[in-house]
Amino acid sequence: MFRFIVRRLLQMIVAFFGTTLIVYALMFAGQGDPIQALAGERPVTEAQRAYLTEKYHLDATGVGGFFYRYFDYLSNLLRGDLGESLTGRSIGEILAAAWPVTIKLALIAIAVAVIFGVTAGVLAGIRRASIFDNATLLLTLLVLGIPTIVLAPLAQYLLGVKWQLFPPTAGADPDFYALLLPGIVLGSLSLATALRLTRTSVAENLRADYVRTARSKGLPRRRVVSVHVLRNSLIPVITFLGVELGNLMSGAIITEGVFNIPGVGFNLFRGIRTEDGPLVVGIVSVLVVVYLVANLVVDILYAVLDPRIRYE
Amino acid sequence: MSERSTAVRLRKPRSLAGDAWRDLRRKPIFWISLALVLLVTAMAAVPGLFTSNDPTDCALSRQHAAPSGGAVFGYDFQGCDTYARAVYGARASLLVGALSALLTGAIALVVGMLAGYFGGWVDAVLSRVIDIVLGIPLLLAAIVLLKRVAADSATVRLAAVIFVLAVLGWTTTARVVRSSVISARQQDYVAAARMLGAGNGRIMWRHILPNALAPAVVVLTIALGTFIAAEATLSFLGIGLREPTISWGIDINSGRVHMRESATPLVVPSTFLALTVLAFIMLGDAIRDAFDPKLR
Repeated sequence: MFRFIVRRLLQMIVAFFGTTLIVYALMFAGQGDPIQALAGERPVTEAQRAYLTEKYHLDATGVGGFFYRYFDYLSNLLRGDLGESLTGRSIGEILAAAWPVTIKLALIAIAVAVIFGVTAGVLAGIRRASIFDNATLLLTLLVLGIPTIVLAPLAQYLLGVKWQLFPPTAGADPDFYALLLPGIVLGSLSLATALRLTRTSVAENLRADYVRTARSKGLPRRRVVSVHVLRNSLIPVITFLGVELGNLMSGAIITEGVFNIPGVGFNLFRGIRTEDGPLVVGIVSVLVVVYLVANLVVDILYAVLDPRIRYE
Repeated sequence: MSERSTAVRLRKPRSLAGDAWRDLRRKPIFWISLALVLLVTAMAAVPGLFTSNDPTDCALSRQHAAPSGGAVFGYDFQGCDTYARAVYGARASLLVGALSALLTGAIALVVGMLAGYFGGWVDAVLSRVIDIVLGIPLLLAAIVLLKRVAADSATVRLAAVIFVLAVLGWTTTARVVRSSVISARQQDYVAAARMLGAGNGRIMWRHILPNALAPAVVVLTIALGTFIAAEATLSFLGIGLREPTISWGIDINSGRVHMRESATPLVVPSTFLALTVLAFIMLGDAIRDAFDPKLR
């Protein structure tokens, strides 16, 4: 187990340097005027130019200069200093205010996926090829096929504006009810995937030898399903949901933008819209790190749950 | 002995493709999605067949006007024909989807073939590269990449979106190709070809590639649908395609902003986009099910 964790940590460090180097290189390398590249098509004032030049050490030149600046960016990132957006606000402060909202939203989405996805997946797996099974398969295919940019505005229009069942937008400091509809929209994709995963693995495990043994011992069906089958079937689902939690935090760009939820994705959405380069790069860097850490935690959890993984 | 078993014995053995075709023919989902795919392709190729209105003929005097004169869904905020814009939007979507899928297929075939065929350290290195690229969230990376494209030229933006989607999206297909190459490599006919003196290049091209192609095509059909969705999402965010290119993503975004005044400019492009993406995903899904004997 210890060796597995060490190896996995080393892998993550390589991936961390790889991805941050890519993000950083894309930010600055090979561009005539890196400051203009950050600002996009907006005009840059002298003060902003001086700030950015100092912040990113743009006066140092050559390959050495590039790596000097890269490690500078990296150490700033690790210390949590993300600099300022073009509007002069501290990116760290923007993120500190946005995280709680995004985490709340992601947790609602995961809860929706677990409660509905896993339950329906177990039922569909037990009654394979039944009407219920076929109906859920078709429904999940529909959900998987409809992009968020269609689902979010349509849900907002139908449920929020037309039938007024939910508040159409969340606004500052949203409560649970205001986050419910966006949470369901955000979670619907994970719900569909979780349902399909659970269904496949339940159906597969039902045919396993140990299930036959349990049945022939005379255990009631309920116990066989809920103890023997479920425990083994949920391993891939837990892995998926863990990775998905990392995904949801970065994937909430559209949902948060459409429903006006002041989370991390919303700030990224606004940063893109207003061509605010430092804000976009800062948020993307942090999200990449979150994503990598989520993957790491899930892999270790996976190894704890399933001993076979450790000895690959 | 019944007549039936005689019939079974006499029946000509069918190939995997023949089996799959028999299976597919009976599936309504296959026919529906195929029809939708053909319909959208026709729309992209000859939009004039579906509407005689000009999608760029906009007049503010017609803002949110009711349906009239061929504009079956009325007019949007800018006074453009909603239906005509949706029809003309098919071209950009399909172009991006198809070209990114082709480029993805090319990258995936080369990488998957090299990794699967040579194994050893080549496989180790390429597999790690796949792991790392797979670990990069698509939307975030696309945002960073596309932010660098400042050009407003329609062709440049189109090429940039295609390139970005392909560069980030080839990994899953590469894994599929790699595993089918590994299983094909151990077959007797490959050993036979080698004994007959065929070189690595010939074995890869003539003997292994045809076997790796079918699973890759199925994955690419599904990927085509997701690329279309990704293009619309990027255009929706304002970093993919831009006006004057007509894209469903752009129209969905502007329809969303004005949905309280009129919902049709939001609903129409949304429906076109959702149906197109669904058609490709369902088509790929149906073909994969038919080709996967384990599910039968």
